Amino acid sequence: MTEPLGGLLSAPPTIVAAGVEVFSTALRQQGASVTDVDWRPPGFGSADDLTQLALDPRRASANRVAVERVLAAGSLLVDVRPAREVLDLPDRMLLHSGPPLTWETASGPMRGALIGACVFEGWATDVSDAERVLAAGEITLDPCHHHRTVGPMAGVTSPSMWMWCLEDPANGGQAWCNLNEGLGKVLRMGAYSDEVLTRLAWMRDVLGPVLQRAVRSRPEPLDVKAIMAQMLQMGDEGHNRNRAGSLMALRELSPSIVGVDAPAQDIAEVLRFIGGNEHFYLNLGMPTAKLAMDAARDVPGSTMVTVLSRNGTEFGIQTAGTGDRWFTAPANTPVGLYLGDYGPEDANPDIGDSAIMEAYGVGGFSMAAAPAIVRFVGGTVPDALATTERMYQLTLAENPAMQIPIMGFRGSPTGIDVLKVARTGWLPQINTGMAGRVAGTGQVGAGLVQPPQACFEQALAALAEESRAR
Amino acid sequence: MSDSPVRHVSLRSGVYADSVRLMQVSREIGDRPGVHAVVVAMATPLNLELAAGMGLAPDGEAKPDQLIIALTATDDAELAAAVAAVDAALTARADRGEAQTIPARTIGAGLDGAADPALAIISVPGPYAVAEAADAIAAGRSVLIFSDGVPVEHEVALKRAAHDAGVLVMGPDCGTAIVSGVALGFANVVRRGPVGLVAASGTGAQQVSCLLDAAGVGVSHLLGVGGRDLSAAVGGLATLDALAALDADPATERVLLVSKPPEPSVAARVAEVAQGLDVPVRSAALSAEQPDLTAAVEALLGDLGVAVPEWPSRPGTADAVPPGAVLKGFYSGGTLADETMLIAAPALGDIRSNTPLRPELDLGTDLGATGHVVVDFGDDALTVGRAHPMIDPTLRLEAIAGLAESGEPAVLLLDVVLGHGADPDPAATLVPALRSAGLPTVVALVGTEADPQCWSRQADALAEAGAAVFASNAAATRYALALIGDQA
Repeated sequence: MTEPLGGLLSAPPTIVAAGVEVFSTALRQQGASVTDVDWRPPGFGSADDLTQLALDPRRASANRVAVERVLAAGSLLVDVRPAREVLDLPDRMLLHSGPPLTWETASGPMRGALIGACVFEGWATDVSDAERVLAAGEITLDPCHHHRTVGPMAGVTSPSMWMWCLEDPANGGQAWCNLNEGLGKVLRMGAYSDEVLTRLAWMRDVLGPVLQRAVRSRPEPLDVKAIMAQMLQMGDEGHNRNRAGSLMALRELSPSIVGVDAPAQDIAEVLRFIGGNEHFYLNLGMPTAKLAMDAARDVPGSTMVTVLSRNGTEFGIQTAGTGDRWFTAPANTPVGLYLGDYGPEDANPDIGDSAIMEAYGVGGFSMAAAPAIVRFVGGTVPDALATTERMYQLTLAENPAMQIPIMGFRGSPTGIDVLKVARTGWLPQINTGMAGRVAGTGQVGAGLVQPPQACFEQALAALAEESRAR
Repeated sequence: MSDSPVRHVSLRSGVYADSVRLMQVSREIGDRPGVHAVVVAMATPLNLELAAGMGLAPDGEAKPDQLIIALTATDDAELAAAVAAVDAALTARADRGEAQTIPARTIGAGLDGAADPALAIISVPGPYAVAEAADAIAAGRSVLIFSDGVPVEHEVALKRAAHDAGVLVMGPDCGTAIVSGVALGFANVVRRGPVGLVAASGTGAQQVSCLLDAAGVGVSHLLGVGGRDLSAAVGGLATLDALAALDADPATERVLLVSKPPEPSVAARVAEVAQGLDVPVRSAALSAEQPDLTAAVEALLGDLGVAVPEWPSRPGTADAVPPGAVLKGFYSGGTLADETMLIAAPALGDIRSNTPLRPELDLGTDLGATGHVVVDFGDDALTVGRAHPMIDPTLRLEAIAGLAESGEPAVLLLDVVLGHGADPDPAATLVPALRSAGLPTVVALVGTEADPQCWSRQADALAEAGAAVFASNAAATRYALALIGDQA
């Protein structure tokens, strides 16, 4: 027989106290071990809603189911194919990052990327023609997330772009993401110059086909999740820093790339392109996170966040307990460091599906794993440790596959709980790039951002409403 | 502006800094008032292009492993100073910073990693107490909820969840518990021993544990369950779990159940369950048939074969009681107030109260009403926005002064509760008030010699002021009745 009340009556208890200090003082005077909680009134949410969710008998098991599916998910690279084939996109549809938007509400970099994609696809003859067809509503816009897809920054994905095709062997899910273009003036940052379009054409005509044949020729699918686990131990956090991950992906893929029957010059160019792109892995990491988060969709009663995403105008979140419903609010503008003579006035509000990394518990949540970039947090290594420590208090689990050496190899904080966000008043920390506010600019910097609290307020209210109605 | 800006562009080999560090240096130098544009970066094609766009392209071929330092400034002096500042910034050692610890914000985070056995104590505002308590239950830990203002349906939900998780919810509105010798909230320093207490009453539990201590008998655990536990709505959920836990506890040989008057059907159900336990359970739940906690303790001592001692008291020098005196019981403990009314009602008839035995005797807010009155100053309605009278005596002292002023002939009956969490020296404020009031006064002094306030020291001070002092509230009440009866 187990001891009654968890052994409470067999030894003096260790006490954890929230509230009035006099009780803790009296306990200390008796020599008892007391830990005071730094309790304060919840950051948001009515007491009724918080209590409703706290007492929902489904919540604990639903959250356990949701986060265990996240932790169990794997990620294998099984193919590289054009978006046209993968997504079965109707003609003249473009995917974009974040929650739904329209041309009218699109920000500068989003417009720039949509313009570039229209020209790239031959749906417009030039920039002004592209603006015309987009303004006329001739192009259908739809979120990547509605198609099991994630796209960094503007996330604009058009039929001719090639996509990484990933599968989750544990849950049977699939997820897709386009190929990373590199840094600077790139479509995902809203740039659409000839240089950008020329690169996209090369990626379509050379890079994509070579990668397809290389990936298909491998004896085993590439284990993309295993690379993520390793890169965290090599100083990457997987969102702003993907150096080790990109090099490991290159190491894994290069023998097959070299084996592709293509002109040596093309092979060399492919290897040079990948080797010169520190964010090459990001577009593999994002669908890996997407596979895991999608595995947790539709768990009634779960208060776990499945999507954090932004379209340059609005931030949107989804939760496991509320299905495909978006909770949106105007996006914040990141704070950080700028390239060249760009400054805060040049930065666009937060943009991109890449915050799926934070939803999965890497990126800003694993800030402590990446000492080389902690200065984005505004300072020191201890700040980075503190950031990750705070995120542990927002999340449901530690991901044993994603270990952070400096935290004593603790698993990364995984599975954001809307209820914990409300109760602590702390918002998720996101590491991100910054796109230029003006269409055509490209990247202006990188830094840190938090989701607007209003997204979580709406999600909390909706979860409480669902809980009451059940 | 006549001067055109001056520029510096140089390349360095064998220097590497990561891009974040370099962006930081660029910003730091760019913030200098005399500097217009800055690029301090590795000479990658992208960065060279950025520099060229700012009119700062280096002469000659640059390689990606070189560092480009390019800037423009208002004059040569500032330019030289800025370049020197770049060097200084690149070689500066970063401040390692202060290690920060992030304290837990919630009970859930606080219990994460806590050593077992762990117990959560919650005294946050009532509307937020439920989420914190739910954390403890989810973590498989028992919880004491001091907070009041928790709706009864939430209490039921928490207690059901706790039962399923095999843990105990003490409270809400539970001020007293002793677990394995650790006093939580308001509790006395009593010796450890074989008697387990289950208490839906804080001061009732204190009275009982102190009398046991005075008889030389110790307490194994005192598990508070909250004043509503034996109501019809809650149905004794925590009482039943506490009884089961004490039944399984090897240190507990007897159990005493202490309560304000319980819902009869719930009391019957609890009694039925108690009969099926191995450990003998005696009830000290107050009722018209069993109005006396002291008698229950004496019966328990009989069960244990321990002689009933003479309960500690001080005779005092009570002034002559005026003819027609009424009983004025001013209490800080609700259960003790109930006990007093149950004992006194047969002798005195109706007693009005803010926590009356029958609804029609409700005093409302008129604490200065004439006739026999017993007031519970610890009642929730009187503690809104102020501390419990065991900590803050203001209201009761005002009532004593008001009674003296009214001139109504009366015997004043008070409780004074000692122990952890209580006023560190209640006699210090009470003695001057009693002297000034000059009323015949009887005090039920609940406490032990080992309490921080020390029972006999407080008793001596109160007796010195003229009050008759009793360790037993029942004895104090009977003494007050005798004073009144002598005049009747």
